[in-house]
Amino acid sequence: MTSISEDSDKEKVRSVSVDLNNDASLVIDIPDALCERDKVKFTIHIKTTLSSFQKSEFSVPRQHEDFIWLHDTIVETEEYAGLIIPPAPPKPDFEGPREKMHKLGEGESSMTKEEYAKMKQELEAEYLAVFKKTVQVHEVFLQRLSSHPMFRKDRNFQIFLEYDQDLTVRRKNAKEMFGGFFKNMVKSADEVLISGVKEVDEFFEQEKIFLLDYSSKIKDATAKAEKMTRSHKNVADDYNHISGAMNSIAADNNTAFKKTISVCVLQKLEDRVASDQELKLTELLRYYTRDIQAAKDLLYRRARALADYENSNKTLDKARLKGKDIAQAEENQKQCLRKFDKLSESGKKELTSFKARRVVAFRKNLIEMTELEIKHAKNSMSLLQGSIEILNSN
Amino acid sequence: MLLMECVLHLYVSTVELSLDSPLNDRKKKDAVKPSLSAPAASVASSSSKAPSKTLEELEEEESEDKFDLNISVTNPEKVGDGMNAYMAYKVSTQTSLTMFRSKTFTVRRRFSDFLGLYEKLSEKHSQNGYIVPPPPEKSILGMTKVKVGKEDPSSAEFVERRRAALERYLQRVVSHPSLLQDPDVREFLEKEELPRAVSTQALSGAGFLKMLNKATDAVSKMTIKMNEQDVWFDEKIQDVENEEQHMRKLHVMVESLVNHRKELSGNTAVFAKSVAMLGSSEDNTALSRALSQLAEVEDRIEQLHQEQASNDFFTFSELLADYIRLLGAVKGCFDQRMKAWQRWQDAENMLQKKREAEAKLLWANKPDKLQQAKDEIAEWEAKVTQYEREFERISATVRKEVIRFDKEKARDFKRQIVKYLESLLNSQQQLIKYWEAFLPEAKAIA
Repeated sequence: MTSISEDSDKEKVRSVSVDLNNDASLVIDIPDALCERDKVKFTIHIKTTLSSFQKSEFSVPRQHEDFIWLHDTIVETEEYAGLIIPPAPPKPDFEGPREKMHKLGEGESSMTKEEYAKMKQELEAEYLAVFKKTVQVHEVFLQRLSSHPMFRKDRNFQIFLEYDQDLTVRRKNAKEMFGGFFKNMVKSADEVLISGVKEVDEFFEQEKIFLLDYSSKIKDATAKAEKMTRSHKNVADDYNHISGAMNSIAADNNTAFKKTISVCVLQKLEDRVASDQELKLTELLRYYTRDIQAAKDLLYRRARALADYENSNKTLDKARLKGKDIAQAEENQKQCLRKFDKLSESGKKELTSFKARRVVAFRKNLIEMTELEIKHAKNSMSLLQGSIEILNSN
Repeated sequence: MLLMECVLHLYVSTVELSLDSPLNDRKKKDAVKPSLSAPAASVASSSSKAPSKTLEELEEEESEDKFDLNISVTNPEKVGDGMNAYMAYKVSTQTSLTMFRSKTFTVRRRFSDFLGLYEKLSEKHSQNGYIVPPPPEKSILGMTKVKVGKEDPSSAEFVERRRAALERYLQRVVSHPSLLQDPDVREFLEKEELPRAVSTQALSGAGFLKMLNKATDAVSKMTIKMNEQDVWFDEKIQDVENEEQHMRKLHVMVESLVNHRKELSGNTAVFAKSVAMLGSSEDNTALSRALSQLAEVEDRIEQLHQEQASNDFFTFSELLADYIRLLGAVKGCFDQRMKAWQRWQDAENMLQKKREAEAKLLWANKPDKLQQAKDEIAEWEAKVTQYEREFERISATVRKEVIRFDKEKARDFKRQIVKYLESLLNSQQQLIKYWEAFLPEAKAIA
């Protein structure tokens, strides 16, 4: 079982998006989390001045599946069709560290005590990194909801925050699960739809072109960033092993050789760089890949509404020709138009603010990443300079 | 350096032989009188030096005596075509030592010439307990690529790797005080044309290892219950074994580092392109520019990684590879000493048998065969004395060699590790420059 506790560093490491907690009327954060075998239990901490809540400050434990349930109910709420729905946090993935843990257990007998201790340490650090990441994305999800004027009022959101019992029963609603599945199937049909629909609004035409292009580019960048970060981690791991081996040599040796070897500070160098790079850059790209998808979903819904509207027009024409069910057809057409207009209006607002949000988030993360890179390089430099001095003075 | 040799030879010939502790040895050396039966003609001019110096003092003198000899191996050039082609290297020497004909000179040598040199040196000196530096390994695959004329980065890398290894090899040979005196070394450096070394087949990497292993096996097959009077040797061989193990492990790890760093370099380049694409797709102007700048930074970082991988390899990995081979040679010395001991023991046994035979003859009262028996006893007594003396000599040589080797190893590693750390330092400095240049771009996003 691993848990993380408060530390000031976390503040910086958090929001991939911008500071979403600047509205004091509803402040949410995840100060703590427990990892029990497969399940992660997040402790959600809420501080609010809103009267819709019973208490002004409270905490509640939630699982990843609860977040997914919340996301899905929001997605399926017709009312929110014109909004960009914050992407669901991905499932906590401890597969990597778990595999390593397994290998460690198997290879225990063939390692020295030092090697084992070192690998164990490495493993714990990896676990912690995955942990921090998953807390971050779950936290951001909730903060996106709480900072949005419409989502924060959502009934299910309130239940999620306040309901003091296990949400499992609510989740197991078969209809909801099936509904979600159905939604996904229709979505891919929509992707074909989007290229077929003729766009009347210049704004949305531009948005469509931009989002389609950007979406594939950011997916690619995310994948390449992940590969690069993994390589970096490999180099850091190698340095770890090398310094372990060098320490063994030094331990066995009694000559001047020993001093030379034991001064090597290689292990401290690449490690932090790899993990910070991962957190800032890769996470940023990953998050926005999902967010861009959410924006695209909005476009799809609007496109579907447009298609519905066009269909309703055709139906109305047919009805007028046949002279049957005209009133019904007219009513249908009016509704479709209303829906489409509503989606277009809120969609425009959402996409505009999304743009601004994205730019700000990139700026923040790129600055923080650069500052961290500089800090690490300076640390490494002083470590190296120290070692070189010691070696030269002997 | 040569003076030390003189003293050593004298010690061996005039002092009572026994495997004493080093402390006694030193005392005896002080008492030795310098009846200079001059060995080689080219003794250093300082022949008037009082020989009653201790071994340590002489060793120190040797290292302070910074002999001026610089060797470089450069300009690999392909000679000929097809499968008979080979690489010729320029071997340039710069020196103020009087034993050479001039102060600077250059010759052209090919790989088999280096192997030939090793073979000659090994033949002459290994059996006396000297650590003869092993040559770089043969590589059929590497050379075939070069012969076939593949002008790709991997064959360029191979040639560079070999050139550097050959240079290090020569530098090690000439930094060995006794080997430097060997006329074959001088000839290798000075002579215009060398006769083509033919029997270098046995000296491919695998062949060399096989040769070493055979020697080791042969020795271990003997019932070596050597009554080691001097624990120094026991401890030392154990140290050497341990060290070789550690270095092999370390070498594997460093090779992994080299590969991962190359991977990182490749992935960084790919990422840079991807970021550039993303930047061009971005509709916010400032962010778009920042992303292209980021792509450029990553491109430069990729270069850094490449250079660092090369450093990882040449400064660190090759150092370890060299020393793994050298430690093999050190083990070889110990084996030679074992063989010498065995020879001595066998002679002792034979002498014993002859004495028993003589006793039997006396008992059986066969006077005619007695003279022959006495002759044989004398013969074997002489052999015993000779072999014992040789064993003493080889023991002293091995000890001296190992001490020198340890010192040089410490120096070598220190120098290389400092160099390696300095290269890392340089990388970090560059990184800071690149990121500090990028920071205002990131801040300019609006």
